[in-house]
Amino acid sequence: MPINYYLFLSLALFTIGMVGVLTRRNAIIIFMCIELMLNAVNLLLVAFSKMHYQAAFEAGQVAGQAGVDGQLFVFFIMVVAAAEVSVGLAIIVMMYRNVHSVDINFLNRLKH
Amino acid sequence: MSIVQILFWVLSAMALFSALMVITSKNPVYSVLWLIITFFAISGHYILLNAQFLAVVNIIVYAGAIMVLFLFVIMLMNARQEGPTGSKRWITLAGTVSGGIFLLVLVAALKDSELKARTAMVMDGQIGLIKVLGNELFTRYVVPFEISSILFLSAMVGAVVIGKKD
Repeated sequence: MPINYYLFLSLALFTIGMVGVLTRRNAIIIFMCIELMLNAVNLLLVAFSKMHYQAAFEAGQVAGQAGVDGQLFVFFIMVVAAAEVSVGLAIIVMMYRNVHSVDINFLNRLKH
Repeated sequence: MSIVQILFWVLSAMALFSALMVITSKNPVYSVLWLIITFFAISGHYILLNAQFLAVVNIIVYAGAIMVLFLFVIMLMNARQEGPTGSKRWITLAGTVSGGIFLLVLVAALKDSELKARTAMVMDGQIGLIKVLGNELFTRYVVPFEISSILFLSAMVGAVVIGKKD
């Protein structure tokens, strides 16, 4: 597949996540949109890794390791996302316990 | 149109539609379920790119663990509705317009880039297989791998400390 298709698909997914972060007021949905943006980036990294692999393949090199770094970065992004979710959801639960809502408009004063 | 292209377009349409439903659903539970469908579509893309390890990890970690965590939290606090202060109409409009401008600028900048002639290898290639990735992970990337375990430990401690009732 042409790499452009993957590029624009990832851009569209990233933009949808960004619009969600900008428009929604529910902290949990904002958090889910961040996950969506991370996944768009992951998809693009995998596509680029296969692009480099194909370039190395066509240049006649031994199949080798070209592009394997991209997929490992995706793996580490997933690791960081999982850690982020655990801490972030703990913060959201804490916020719900304090203000009895997950609406981020209640956080605009940074007190209580 | 080959089978690869058909699969690509079907998976792309599925991912984009369910991603749109994530941000438009009123009920957070529906948002979570649509997000799971998005993750499955992205995993389908990984399989199409022959990145089988990442496809399985994506389903296990995201659709299996993280989304269940989201569902638990939503059901724990019974936050079905968007509170009394829902999204204001002009905020929705401004967010959509700025997102559209972002997309427009990036598409315009990238559509004639030198990448245009490049292709990604689909349905073939060895690097997505678990043997190759595991070999790399435990030789060249062993230090980041160990550091990520420390990250997990600190995230766990942080979650317990933050969530503790004081």
